[in-house]
Amino acid sequence: MQVKTHLSENMATKQLVMSLTGELDHHCAEKLRLKLDSEIKKTNCKEFILDLANVSFMDSSGLGVILGRYKLITQKDGTLYIKGANRNVDRILRMSGIYSLAQKIEH
Amino acid sequence: MKNNELHMTFPAMSENEALARMCASAFAAQLNPTIEEISDIRTAVSEAVTNSIIHGYNSKPLTIYFDAYIVDDELKIIIRDEGKGIDDINLAMTPFYTTLPDGERSGMGFSVMQAFMDELYVSSMPELGTTVTMLKRIKRCEEE
Repeated sequence: MQVKTHLSENMATKQLVMSLTGELDHHCAEKLRLKLDSEIKKTNCKEFILDLANVSFMDSSGLGVILGRYKLITQKDGTLYIKGANRNVDRILRMSGIYSLAQKIEH
Repeated sequence: MKNNELHMTFPAMSENEALARMCASAFAAQLNPTIEEISDIRTAVSEAVTNSIIHGYNSKPLTIYFDAYIVDDELKIIIRDEGKGIDDINLAMTPFYTTLPDGERSGMGFSVMQAFMDELYVSSMPELGTTVTMLKRIKRCEEE
C-alpha cells in the first residue's frame, strides 16, 4: 500500500489530498494508519480528501482505518471527503454507512 | 464441470491474507464467475482469515486451515482455526460489534461475509477454535 499526499488549493480552501495505491487490508492497516495520522497532524488544513481511485481491494480492516481517520480529522474540526472508490470498494463503503460521515465526491 | 477441491494450511500471519484471497479467487475461477463474484469471494475470505489471525490466534503465527470445494455450480470455503473461539456468536455477528474497539476494528467482518456470500455458517467453541463455512453459488454464464 502506497500513500501519496499533496496540497491542493481550491479557491479559498486548502485541501490535503491523500491518495492510496494498492490493497487495503489488515496487513497494511497499521502502517497506513501511522502514515496518515502523521500527515493529518502536521497540516493546518481543514479539508481532507481520501482518494481511493488506485485501491484495488479493501475489506473491513480498511473501513476501520478510514473510520479512525474520520475521528481524528473531526477532532481537529476538519472535514473528510472520499473519492474515486471503484465499484467493489464503494460497495463496502456504502454497506458500512461511512458516507453519512465522510462525504463522497462524485467525479 | 468436474467437482474439485483445494486444501492448504498457513501460519496466521497478515502476509497470508493476500495469499488466501488469491488462492480462493484462482480456485473459484474455474466456475467462470463474474468480476463482481470474484471480488465478493476475495473480500469474504480476507475477512475470515483476518478474524482468525487477530481474534482466534491474537496474532500468534499458529495454523489456519483453508479448505475449498466446488460441487456443481457451488463454491464452498471453510476457514478454520484452533484459537480462542467466540463466546457469543450472535453478538460477534452483530454489525459494528467488536471486542477490540481500541484496535480500530470496524466490527463489520461477519456482516461483510454475510452480504457477499450466499450462505454463512459459524461454529465455535471457546478455547477450541472457530470454523467459518461460506457458500457462493456462481450463476452460470452461457458458455461460448
